[in-house]
Amino acid sequence: MSTQATDMVHDEHDDHGPAKGIGRWLFSTNHKDIGTMYLVFSLVMLFIGGSMAFVVRAELFQPGLQLVEPEFFNQMITMHGLIMVFGAVMPAFVGLANWMLPMMIGAPDMALPRLNNLSFWLLPFAFTMMIGTLFMDGGGPNFGWTFYAPLSTTYAPPSVTFFIFAIHMMGASSIMGAINVIVTIMNMRAPGMTYFKMPMFCWTWLITAFLLIAVMPVLAGVVTMMLMDIHFGTAFFDAGGGGDPVLFQHVFWFFGHPEVYIMILPSFGVVSHVIPAFSRKKLFGYNSMVYAIIAIAILSFVVWAHHMFTVGMPFAGELFFMYTTMLIAIPTGVKIFNWISTMFRGSMTFETPMLYSIGFVILFTIGGLSGIMLALAPVDMVYQDTYFVVAHFHYVLVPGAIFGIFAAVYFWLPKWTGKMYDEGLAKLHFWVSFIGLNLTFFPMHFVGLAGMPRRIPDYPLQFADFNMVVSLGAFLFGASQLIFVYVLIKTLRSGEKAEQLPWDGAEGLEWTLPTPAPYHSFPTPPKVD
Amino acid sequence: MQIGRPAPLLAVCALMFGFGFLLVPLYSVFCEWAGINGKTAGIYENVDALPVIEDRIVKVQFVGNHNANLSWPFKPNQAQVKVQVGVQKKITFTVVNPTNSDVVAQAVPSVAPSEAAPHLHKIECFCFNQQPLTAGQVKEMPLVFFIDSDLPKHIKKITLSYTLFDVTPRLSKRVAVSSSIKRQEQFALAHISSK
Repeated sequence: MSTQATDMVHDEHDDHGPAKGIGRWLFSTNHKDIGTMYLVFSLVMLFIGGSMAFVVRAELFQPGLQLVEPEFFNQMITMHGLIMVFGAVMPAFVGLANWMLPMMIGAPDMALPRLNNLSFWLLPFAFTMMIGTLFMDGGGPNFGWTFYAPLSTTYAPPSVTFFIFAIHMMGASSIMGAINVIVTIMNMRAPGMTYFKMPMFCWTWLITAFLLIAVMPVLAGVVTMMLMDIHFGTAFFDAGGGGDPVLFQHVFWFFGHPEVYIMILPSFGVVSHVIPAFSRKKLFGYNSMVYAIIAIAILSFVVWAHHMFTVGMPFAGELFFMYTTMLIAIPTGVKIFNWISTMFRGSMTFETPMLYSIGFVILFTIGGLSGIMLALAPVDMVYQDTYFVVAHFHYVLVPGAIFGIFAAVYFWLPKWTGKMYDEGLAKLHFWVSFIGLNLTFFPMHFVGLAGMPRRIPDYPLQFADFNMVVSLGAFLFGASQLIFVYVLIKTLRSGEKAEQLPWDGAEGLEWTLPTPAPYHSFPTPPKVD
Repeated sequence: MQIGRPAPLLAVCALMFGFGFLLVPLYSVFCEWAGINGKTAGIYENVDALPVIEDRIVKVQFVGNHNANLSWPFKPNQAQVKVQVGVQKKITFTVVNPTNSDVVAQAVPSVAPSEAAPHLHKIECFCFNQQPLTAGQVKEMPLVFFIDSDLPKHIKKITLSYTLFDVTPRLSKRVAVSSSIKRQEQFALAHISSK
């Protein structure tokens, strides 16, 4: 009897590969499986959100109304934003966190594996419901991804209730993911790994997770207020009942500004791994990097009203938010300086992850500089709600978040799959993306400065040439992502076997594991000195 | 207590959810304290300290707006009055309910420049209450106010504007809209089938 029992325990410990069939994915508590599911989910969402951008750019290819009704155009604009922010970028980072954090800190898995499973499986349901609103009476959300009340309450289509519930679900998912990250990093680091020996990706994700648990509940609160205004007769944002629509913008951007750092900080972490690896140097100024992230995170809570300079704020308020916003340029500048200094006099090579990282540094800086222009309250009165703003936030989000994710995927793909991707095709993917991206977003600066408003399906003739270039660039950028999918499939099916350490300059615990990384890594914690 | 555990982190989330709602009263308190947003206070009830009568004249202009989807005539009966600081003044607004159903209106005040808002006191105002209007009713609504002597010296002119909102159908608007669409559909169907 007793031998049988010990045998069973023994079996469980030795023979613990992935379960067979669909159950492996439905009930998985393995950080690598869940990470893969997050990444695949976000790739699917990237294509759905991207095809909505396709509709928008096709309509804006020429002046006049050709392809879609303005009502549908509004829904596409809104859903593109919501899906890219909540469906593509955030889940991709949680997927990377799932894959990499335990391997980087020498832990066997995430601290809360069942919560991890739940937080992933909420997402497909949330997004099915949100995309489903497009097929309901009155159409889906059409009020822009910022859903300003009362446009999103009094004047919203009836499907807004489903939108609110979807936001609740994805918020819950993000909060659970963030709690998991914090608990893992704080409790499961290998012996000897102090906070200031942690890899940068862990640091950036730790700060991101704190931002998430601080602001996602505020988002949940603001959509709950909307729900109450719509269905329960309250008047939070209804001026006729004593509420205030400007209050909505304050509460929303109190969430919204930290949210944009949630979408960029993990990328900072990725780039801080890739650039040292391909420069064959240590990261320049590790401590200042950490303090810069913390400073950015703290400042992100006191700048929110720079999104609303035109609401009629008092002069003192505009000055305050203008200066705090410009203050953020300092820690961000420190980071960019450190990346450049890391490359300085390094023996650099330009494999695909490095290309994406350098592209990140250059293009993110362009987005940062247009951000400083927008931070100036007096001139923001002119830029507000023009394509200049669209150019700015796409320059920080697409090369910022998406290029960071691509850099991470190409960098760690050999370790994940045990196979090497096709370097030539991957470089093609980078260059087509890079050219497509700049063709898409750079001319937006010009049409924006010339006064073209955002979120409008038509425009005067003088913007026609630039808009045609923008649309062509967008089609090129979208099509180049098909190369990415092809590279992934080719790697999985016929990639060459990857070496134990595919990049000779790469450092960190994850590279000490065999290739491909075993289903369970670090059953006994490694020693870090 | 250690922060890196699920329970304290969940507590942080709950607190932040509450904080989101706390922003609502905080916003009003802050606006009132800083004297921004141009909102006027409620009914003036300070009976002991009679305001000082000064030899200072301020122009007060009145504006009547209505919310975009209303078409009710709503305007002040005097566009502008000159008042002596500290002296009460009564003016009236007229509103017409042009519809053939009973409605309830609510006026929401705003003062420009907003630094004048704390110094404009209302003893009586139609904006303190919701105003029921029967079908076709023309209603004259009073406003009694005065300006106190603490009004910053550089302010010579104050604009008091009211925006009128239709607050009748607050709970049943959606139902009403969808049922009117249904009626139109039924009408269209009946029209088609009769052909």
